[in-house]
Amino acid sequence: MRGFVFILMFVLFAANSAQAQNEEKSLGVVTGNVSVLWQSYQEDSLIGAVVPPSKTGFNAYSNVIYTQGNFSAGIRYESYLNSVLGFPGRFTGTGVGYRFARYEDRERGIDVTIGNFYEQFGNGILFRSYEARDLGLDNAMDGIRLILTPIEALRVKIVYGKQRLDFNDGLVNGDGIVRGINTELSINDLFKGFKDSKFRINPEFSFVSRFQEGGQFVRDDILFDLPQNVAGWDAGTRFQYGTWSGGLNYTYKINDPSADNGYIYNEGQALTYYLSGNIKKLSFLLHKSTSDNMSFRSDRDLLLFDSPINNIPAITKPHTYNLAATLYPYATVITGESSFRGELYYSLPRGSKLGGKYGTKLSLVFATAYSPDRIARADSIDQLMYGSELNSWGFGETLNVQDISFEFDRKFTKNFKAKAMYMNLKFNTLSTPVTTDYKGIVDANIAVLETQFKTKKRQSLRTELQVLITGSDSVITDGVLNMVKQDKGDWATFVAEYTWSPHWFVGIIDQYNFGNHDESKRIHYLYGSAGYISGPHRLSIGYGKRREGIFCVGGVCRAVPASNGFEITFTSSF
Amino acid sequence: MKHLILAVAITLGFNAKFDAQTVASVDLKNLEGMTVNPSDLVGNGNPTIICFWATWCSPCKRELNNYMDYYADWQDETGVELIAISIDDSRSMSRVAPFVMSTGWEYEVLLDPARDFARAMQVINVPHTFLVNADGKVIWTHNNYAEGDEEELYEELLKLVE
Repeated sequence: MRGFVFILMFVLFAANSAQAQNEEKSLGVVTGNVSVLWQSYQEDSLIGAVVPPSKTGFNAYSNVIYTQGNFSAGIRYESYLNSVLGFPGRFTGTGVGYRFARYEDRERGIDVTIGNFYEQFGNGILFRSYEARDLGLDNAMDGIRLILTPIEALRVKIVYGKQRLDFNDGLVNGDGIVRGINTELSINDLFKGFKDSKFRINPEFSFVSRFQEGGQFVRDDILFDLPQNVAGWDAGTRFQYGTWSGGLNYTYKINDPSADNGYIYNEGQALTYYLSGNIKKLSFLLHKSTSDNMSFRSDRDLLLFDSPINNIPAITKPHTYNLAATLYPYATVITGESSFRGELYYSLPRGSKLGGKYGTKLSLVFATAYSPDRIARADSIDQLMYGSELNSWGFGETLNVQDISFEFDRKFTKNFKAKAMYMNLKFNTLSTPVTTDYKGIVDANIAVLETQFKTKKRQSLRTELQVLITGSDSVITDGVLNMVKQDKGDWATFVAEYTWSPHWFVGIIDQYNFGNHDESKRIHYLYGSAGYISGPHRLSIGYGKRREGIFCVGGVCRAVPASNGFEITFTSSF
Repeated sequence: MKHLILAVAITLGFNAKFDAQTVASVDLKNLEGMTVNPSDLVGNGNPTIICFWATWCSPCKRELNNYMDYYADWQDETGVELIAISIDDSRSMSRVAPFVMSTGWEYEVLLDPARDFARAMQVINVPHTFLVNADGKVIWTHNNYAEGDEEELYEELLKLVE
């Protein structure tokens, strides 16, 4: 055996070095990343922070992908030891949460993935498999995906698999089976004469079906059968003319009694359309969307973050400033809503009287969502079985949200920039239950001033001053009329951040609930952090109070409890 | 058997090595609705900067606005092209085009709403910036943006054309 090994070594070495005189042999490419979040907890009765039994929380993720030519394979190793507060507590242990192998031959138009993958058809209202890690949402598919491009003008995607539901020392899939096909056609590539046309049309068609074991249930002495196979389809098109673009999509789903809709047999429908473009320096977006009974899961009995097949995006703008983004974040009402958004952007040119030396950017965003326009059915049995009927694609009676914001962004001198934002928000806490302290429509005005000074070469100071003022309701107590602030009342946030490019930063944030009608809750949530960055590696350490908050995505929100303590985050990619 | 595996590994190891990160092959759409694969845009003899960003990410917008002040000079001196990859999902993807029109950015903007390209490039959060050399190899990355970071990027760019 030794002799054989020796000879083999010799042959390989000789062959290898002969070949490698000029070039080195490639073993392929290995890339990866690591992301670690560690928190310690201490008790703080003032803000309601409690210490979990493990005293600390630890979430870690690491991806490694190996690529050799057309072949790639990867895994994600995950650890929840124990998971940080606010994360699904049932995610436990450590193990492989995602693994795949993929072969892609672009010349022949074949792309095959086995194992886990994320995918989205069109706008995602029929099918979207994705990860929102901050929320602990991950409905990765586990099965096979095939992407075929038989001709340049046509792309076909086929998916077949189960969905990730849980994590217990490794990936745990849910019950249902998801099957889907999506085709996208490029009209311009189909007809030679249109190839270089400014007018482009890309129609899409998708079909998705779920299988789950059926069953029966009894309601009002009537025996109902649960459908085992639930299908939906989506047809739409995007079009483009120069800088103008638009889209139109209709989605339909057959009857799908589920925990979300109270086990009714109504069909689901959604219609969305948008148009964006510009007239000289003024650009705009108009977006209308209506969905009715379009919640779709691979397990009909699950709720919230578990096993969604689709995602109905929220109409409001994703805000970046702390008070605007975290106190009243809007999430789509997945049983149905009708919404509209209009956005305007305008740039005052550089060197103009109003625009100043460096120009000024202005934007105005209006977004609103109502319940869908529904009517009750004439027949009481039909009403029991199907629920109310969609009457039109217009707005219903209940306001879910209305969000108007105006932003001003200007560079004043070489070393000084400022941004200002004003926002008015009407937020129905009964539609999106982000607070238990108030039931009804909160009316809030928010103002933000952000400044940035370049203090020295490669050093800068950024500050934010934010104020949120809520409306007041008249309340009669012991025969006396009092004005009481809505929800938690008024807030102010101050942020200061100093950076030394390219490595260091320190920051402080203070959120102060100065207008709470309960004086004992007028608390400062002070949090400080510092960090070091070196290329793709980033380490930060923070300490302080973290306010209880709500994180929302596509129709669902997760409550994160208040906490007090240290937090260390480390991210790195290679 | 153990010896055999070891022998093959050692022998190959003399002359074999892992390659540097390259730009992943993922089909994306540009703002004109055309399909563009970022791996086809790099390695054409000039360096490329790839910036991952989103309309909701303030530091990302600061980074791309600031680079615009230097972009014409960088292009003259190094022939660099910048590709801005928006990771806005279906909620905010339709805002990208009107927003970009108002910024005056002269970059090639591509949409990665399902984050397929971001995942393949090992991007965890944005902003994340890659500098790719004339042969299509990633030679520098930075995961953050602070005022002044463009100076480090410019130094790295100059090294590529020296």
